[in-house]
Amino acid sequence: MGLEAKLNGNSFFTTTVDALTEWARKNSVWPMPMGISCCAIEMMASGDPKYDIARFGSEVMRFTPRQCDLMIVAGTVTYKMSHVVRKIYDQMPDPKWVIAMGACTSSGGMYRSYPVVQGIDQFLPVDIYLAGCPPRPDNLLNALIQIQEKIGRTKARDFQDKPLPRLTVVQPNGEFLQNN
Amino acid sequence: MASPKELLEQRLNEKFSGENFIFNEHRNELTVSLDKKNIIAVCKYLKEEPELAFRLCEDITAVDWATRKNRFSVVYHIYSLKMNFRLALKASVDEKDCNIDSVSSVWNTANWHERETFDMYGIHFNNHPDLRRMYMPEEFEYHPLRKDFPLMGIPGSLSLPKNKN
Amino acid sequence: MEKLTKDDVHPKILEALLADSNITLEDALENEMILNMGPQHPATHGVLRLLLRLDGETVMGCVPELGYLHRGYEKLAENMNYYEFIPHTDRLDYLSPMSNNVAYALAVEKLVGIEAPPRAQYIRMIISELARVASHLVAIGSLAMDVGALTVFLWTLREREKILDIWDILCGARFTNSYTRIGGVANDAQPEALAKVKWFIDQYLPNLDECERLINTNRIFIERLDGVGVISADDAIDIGLTGPSLRGSGVEFDLRRAQPYLFYNEIDFKVVTYPDGDSLARYFVRADETRESIKIIRQALEKMPQGETLLNQPKKVLPKKTEIYSRMEELIHDFMIVNFGINPEPGEIYHAVESSKGELGFYLVSKGDGKPWKCKIRSPSFVNLQSVPQLVKGHMVSDVVAILGSLDPVMGEADK
Ligand code: SF4
Repeated sequence: MGLEAKLNGNSFFTTTVDALTEWARKNSVWPMPMGISCCAIEMMASGDPKYDIARFGSEVMRFTPRQCDLMIVAGTVTYKMSHVVRKIYDQMPDPKWVIAMGACTSSGGMYRSYPVVQGIDQFLPVDIYLAGCPPRPDNLLNALIQIQEKIGRTKARDFQDKPLPRLTVVQPNGEFLQNN
Repeated sequence: MASPKELLEQRLNEKFSGENFIFNEHRNELTVSLDKKNIIAVCKYLKEEPELAFRLCEDITAVDWATRKNRFSVVYHIYSLKMNFRLALKASVDEKDCNIDSVSSVWNTANWHERETFDMYGIHFNNHPDLRRMYMPEEFEYHPLRKDFPLMGIPGSLSLPKNKN
Repeated sequence: MEKLTKDDVHPKILEALLADSNITLEDALENEMILNMGPQHPATHGVLRLLLRLDGETVMGCVPELGYLHRGYEKLAENMNYYEFIPHTDRLDYLSPMSNNVAYALAVEKLVGIEAPPRAQYIRMIISELARVASHLVAIGSLAMDVGALTVFLWTLREREKILDIWDILCGARFTNSYTRIGGVANDAQPEALAKVKWFIDQYLPNLDECERLINTNRIFIERLDGVGVISADDAIDIGLTGPSLRGSGVEFDLRRAQPYLFYNEIDFKVVTYPDGDSLARYFVRADETRESIKIIRQALEKMPQGETLLNQPKKVLPKKTEIYSRMEELIHDFMIVNFGINPEPGEIYHAVESSKGELGFYLVSKGDGKPWKCKIRSPSFVNLQSVPQLVKGHMVSDVVAILGSLDPVMGEADK
């Protein structure tokens, strides 16, 4: 029995658009599991019955970027892989957040070597740096909670001046239609 | 019965008389050094001779000696399931004439091992069916495991994605 | 979905993909289809990229493209001393880190010419077998998930968590443990850890049976694997398969039996083989192998002697921390080893162990310095992946994931 039992009949409640969207957004963060190496195993473990990421509304790991709003980059990003990561990030719809999970992703970690990007913030905006090699699943949950807090602070007007992404639509007759 | 080592020594010297094989043992592991021009013949023989039957090629790699006259050694680790015996073959390759015959016609698995060695050391394998880089991007110009390549790489040799916004 | 263009695929890869056909690139993009799978794909177990040439839904050709996780291990190894490389071996095959540690420590010990005390060897044996169970559990679970059975994955992960808990007690880390040291193990196994191991092996078999009941009688699961990705014994040896993938083709080759290391020669276990050589056989081998592992652990627990767990050889083996802090001589040895390394005599060795994926070998060359002159990792996943083009040819696209899952590659190891 929840709120709806009290609000039966013609009852209503008022709130602001911001509060409502924030509330909805932050409790259903859909992660894009960018699992690259060892940290991905801990990310998997956070979905298992013991740690159960579903308690925070984020069990819907989608492997297509277009349905996600949080990218968890879990693993060593090499130069060869960086292009792929960026491409996937670009495909995610706004607003979007990024967790750099693990020492490698945050700073190159133990790999001070030629193929490894020394920190993904060289090509991606990062919201949370998660320490550990690998961070334990509880730590990832902690990062998720912090992301939720951060989402809770965003207002609709933060996106007001952002240009809309350029869309190209192919018409049935083969013509291209562009929005700007 | 002769031990695998004696058997090998006897067979190889018999079959390839006049060639110079150096047998070397370290911690119970037998290494045979040979001339690179014999590599295919020797490998074929070791694989197909029923008594030896080195049918499993475990690993192919190279060592960069940096200052020696023959800069690289290509090392093959092969295993005989029949004798339960592992053998290392070694062939020297000079930097100026940086190539050796590919053994992928003998063992299929050599294909990727040789590609990896090519990627890491720049040793060219003649008659290899598909000699491309294994790990590094095709545009990369260097060979990382050479001793003169710095650990942190050469700045600017690998690209990062450009920021769109 | 975006159309694959020439910019996405390097011309040399395309060349390899189209090598055995007489069509051109433009042609291929029109009539046949080139499908790019990975490097970000849930079923490629990491960052493997496959380029598939399709005719309808049938795979005509396949070119795997590796290197998205190439982290330069071999270069790193040349630039650090033998001790420093131990944590790196954890991250090679990150599904069974413990056994990688053991493999590396054994290789270095062989190079130096020392041997760990018996108790340490038994502990190593127990943890490598636990690692094998943990790794096979993930392999079975993710194979089942790849072909559509999600529940099994959660159940096997639950079992794996228990093993991780054991490791947590043993050395304080869930995985990436770095528990093994050159000349022994970091600390003696605590009674609680051993008790937990006992508890685990007692309850594991019924739980495995339960998992198996879910899928072994499931027609979808069986039919998606049966007869898919068949490789004959001769081909398997020729392409260099090792481990469960080789034994699934009926070849009875297991390094634990063929060239026993640790104390495997004193243990009674069966080398599991299945003759069919298809994905189903590889799955059966894995499941049965975990049973054998449990048998091995049980015997090892019984036979384990008391005693030291670290070799007392101050020039080669780091002394215990308590001794370093209380005694001058140990402090000096510690300083020397940390700063100048253990300087094995010049020479080269290759040592291989049977890890969960196959033969994991380390080829170490010493020039007498504190750092290895060369450290080559012979990783089983890398070689096993080489069989993919052969295996997927002629099958449907959806079988590709089943075949990949049955090979169980780990990209950290394959890309090094
Ligand atoms: S931070 Fe550690 S565990 Fe995570 S990807 Fe890097 S090496 Fe692996």
